Amino acid sequence: MTRTPLDDEPRFPMSPWRFSGLVCGAAMNHRGQLAALGAAAHQPPYKAPPRGVVLYIKPRNTLTAAGGAALVDDDVPELDVGAALGLVIGRTACAVSIDDALDHLAGAIVVADFSAPYDSHFRPQIRFKARDASCAFGPGVVALDEAGDIDALGVRVFVDGRLAHETSTGDRVRGAAQLIADVSDFMTLSPGDVLLTGIAPGAPRVGAGAIVVVEIDGLGRLETRVAKVAGSP
Amino acid sequence: MKRARVAFAGQLHEATEAAESGRLRLADGRVVGEEQVVWLPPVEAGTLVALGLNYADHAKELAFKAQDEPLVFLKSANALVGHRGRTRRPADATFMHYECELAVVIGRTARHVRRADARDHVAGYTIANDYAIRDYLENWYRPNLRVKNRDGATALGPWLVDAEDVPWPPQLALSTFVDGRLTQSGNTRDLVFDIAYLIEYLSAFMTLSAGDVILTGTPEGVVDVGVGAEVVCEIEGLGRLVNTLVGDEAFGRRPHSGGPV
Repeated sequence: MTRTPLDDEPRFPMSPWRFSGLVCGAAMNHRGQLAALGAAAHQPPYKAPPRGVVLYIKPRNTLTAAGGAALVDDDVPELDVGAALGLVIGRTACAVSIDDALDHLAGAIVVADFSAPYDSHFRPQIRFKARDASCAFGPGVVALDEAGDIDALGVRVFVDGRLAHETSTGDRVRGAAQLIADVSDFMTLSPGDVLLTGIAPGAPRVGAGAIVVVEIDGLGRLETRVAKVAGSP
Repeated sequence: MKRARVAFAGQLHEATEAAESGRLRLADGRVVGEEQVVWLPPVEAGTLVALGLNYADHAKELAFKAQDEPLVFLKSANALVGHRGRTRRPADATFMHYECELAVVIGRTARHVRRADARDHVAGYTIANDYAIRDYLENWYRPNLRVKNRDGATALGPWLVDAEDVPWPPQLALSTFVDGRLTQSGNTRDLVFDIAYLIEYLSAFMTLSAGDVILTGTPEGVVDVGVGAEVVCEIEGLGRLVNTLVGDEAFGRRPHSGGPV
């Protein structure tokens, strides 16, 4: 796996929790994503817009710190940059209410969730989202009282220094508290787990050599890049 | 060798099957009865990879056409529960079924592994019972976590059986009994995508590490199981994995007032 030296030592607090390795993302949680599908969301294969929370997992081989490189190859020469806010669990959350949900957080962190481009949300193959080093974190976990309103933070993606995407952490089907409540109804969230609140439509597409910066107001600036690896033997 | 992780007398232990039937030898030398211990999943699992519709008969049962690419989804550790564990069936579920599966535990880092070399990356095998609640199935990111990644709804165990003790490729009879009645039977030789193929396929885009687990799918014969049912999944040479379904009350839950949250 290609790595570069860390530009900044990540400020990951290690106590009383540490990252568990579980990163779970909310899909179809940005209203604009469903709006972009238009009538198609009501037609096969979907038949109806989602009612329950829709989730995907970024497995441990995808995780990398700031300064890491997402990988492209001959088969997948480009990746979509999913700029996401990661809710970092600080206290075990099982069937928590919306009112109590945010009390279970250690804080929030900037996440760059890279995907191979895909069109269908019906049964996307994991090879789109589970590529090595396709989920970068950083620069550190910010407590909620320092971050501001986590459901209304400006999000910007810069590619090679140019602003490529500007959105916010708002306009979600489920805001942070609702998301934690709904997920914890069937899936206990443990300290160090990270829950991504969703990706806005129009994610920039990048190829080898791109320097990608994801910036979320109040949380900081995560710099990562895309590197080419040789294809499979 | 068969290995287990158990809790006994205030500690977690690694254990192996003792010479005497029905007993385990803890790593500290004590020999205890298998009913005296709390069984944990036999591996501290890393990434949990699961296959959908990987037996032709089950795909047909669910009205799916054969696939040209494996249908893979991911799960997380909250879903795991050990042998003799209890799994919650929510009151609003009308179709909750078990899935008896051969689980492959990775033993060595696998990246761009070819089929012919796949066996070298397998540490061993265990049994999985990967419950699904079909009421919650929607057509987005199928089968989605609300259906297939619920707390304690993936039983794993009892043993991790070393790869060297299982023929390659594993051609093992697999069966499920609900309250003693045989409801599901198949053989792992009928996998649509076999273990070697799956390791090659997965390791082409994701590095597999020791402790990662691949649940290889289930054959036909899934039926609804209710609160109180004892579900036993058995795989030839690997053992019997027992699980009991319990209701919301045991977890201090009240039924949902309406549809999906």
